Amino acid sequence: MAEEIVEAPAAGKILKVYAEAGKPVAEGDRICMMEALKMELPIVAPVGGTVTKLHVAPGQTVEAGDPLAVIEG
Amino acid sequence: MLGLGGLLIYLGIAKQVEPVLLVPIGTGIILANIPLGGLTDAGGLLAVLRRAGIDTELFPLLIFIGVGAMIDFGSLLQRPYTVFLGAAAQFGIFGTFFLAYFVGDGGLRLFDFSFKDAVAIGIIGSADGPTSIYVATLVGTKYAPSIVVAAYSYMALVPIIQPPIMRALTTDVERRLVMPARAPKVSRRTRVVFPIVTILVTGLIAPKATPLIGTLMFGNLLRESGVLERLSQAAQNEMANIVTILLGLTVGGMMEARDFLRPETIMIYVMGVVAFAVGTAAGVIFGKVMYLASGKKINPLIGAAGISAFPMCARVVQKVGLEANPHNHLLMHAAGANTAGQIASVVAGGAVLALLPFFA
Repeated sequence: MAEEIVEAPAAGKILKVYAEAGKPVAEGDRICMMEALKMELPIVAPVGGTVTKLHVAPGQTVEAGDPLAVIEG
Repeated sequence: MLGLGGLLIYLGIAKQVEPVLLVPIGTGIILANIPLGGLTDAGGLLAVLRRAGIDTELFPLLIFIGVGAMIDFGSLLQRPYTVFLGAAAQFGIFGTFFLAYFVGDGGLRLFDFSFKDAVAIGIIGSADGPTSIYVATLVGTKYAPSIVVAAYSYMALVPIIQPPIMRALTTDVERRLVMPARAPKVSRRTRVVFPIVTILVTGLIAPKATPLIGTLMFGNLLRESGVLERLSQAAQNEMANIVTILLGLTVGGMMEARDFLRPETIMIYVMGVVAFAVGTAAGVIFGKVMYLASGKKINPLIGAAGISAFPMCARVVQKVGLEANPHNHLLMHAAGANTAGQIASVVAGGAVLALLPFFA
C-alpha cells in the first residue's frame, strides 16, 4: 500500500473540504478548495485510494508544502 | 468623448473591469469635455491636479509607496532565479519602442511619433501604470494620457491577451510540468535588508530609476520592518486609495477631444497590445531556456508572469498550468516572476530615461 501525501501548493486559506477521512477517492477527485492571492485553487487527489488522514478544516490557513491529506491506495 | 467616458464608467461598474481605475478616469473624461465647464482651464480643478500631481510626477511616486507596502517579495526571495524572467519580459518595452519609432519619425513617417513619443509608447510594455505615467510625463510626450489609459486598460485585459501566446509557444509536456511547492523559508532579516539593498544596487546601476525604486522599496520596508504596521496599513489603504482617486480623475481629465481623436491614438492602442504580447512571448521563451538549462525543472509558463501586472499575470499562469494538468499549481512560482517583473519594469523605465539623452 503506497501512501501519497497531498501538499498545499501555496500559502493560503482553506475554503472548503470535499474529502472525508476513511472514504475512498478516485484520481482527480477534489480534496479541498483553497485560496491564495485572492484566487481559488482546487486541490485534487493525485492517486485513487482511501483518504486515511485529513489535516485541514475550512477557515484554516496553511503554508506552502503543508500536508493537507494522506491517501492510501 | 462624453461617450468614451460613459463607456469606461459602464465597463467599470457593470462589467467590473478595473472599476477602481476606470470609474475615476471615465468621470475625469466627462468632466474635462463638458463645453465651457472650465475644469481644465488655468485654475480649474483638473488643471490644478494635473500641475500638482502629474507634471511633478508626485502621484505615481506616492502610488509606488502604497504598491511597495502591498507586495510580498517572499515568493521572489525564495526563488531568486525568477529575477531573470522578470528581466526578459521587459523586452516588450524595447520591441515596441523600435516599432513605434519605425512607423514614426525613424522610418515610415506614417504617424506623428517623435523619438520621445516612441520611448513613451514602448513603456506601455512595462505593464505598470505608475511607471508608464512617470516615464511618459518625464520624457514630455503629448500622448501621455493615451499611453497611460492604454497601459491601464491592457493590464485589465491580461487574462485575454496572454493565454493564446503562452499556449502557442509551449508544448503540452512543458505546460504539464509540476514544480515543487516547498521553498526555503525567508528570514525576517533578509526581508528587511532586501528593500534597502535593492535601492542601493538599482540606484547605482540605473540612477534615473531611484525615485521609482526608492518609493517602491520604502513602502516595502514599512511592510517588512514589522514595527510600522500603522504606517504600512496607511500606505496600502488610505494613501493608495486617495491618490488613486486623484490620479484617475486627473488622467481622465487629460483626455480632451482635440488631443485624443486622431489616428495616433488608435495606433498607440494597437502598439499596446504588441507591447504586452512581445513581453509575454519574451518571458515564455526565456522560460523555455531556463526549462532546458535547469534540466526540465522549471515550467516555462511562469515566464509569462515576468511582465509586471500583479497579480493578474500570476493568476493567468496558474490557470493555464492547471488547464494542462489538474495537479499543477504554479501560482507562487509565477508570483515570484511577477514581483521580479515589478522591479524589472521600474529598472527598465529608469534605464530608458538614462539612455534617452544620448539619442534624442
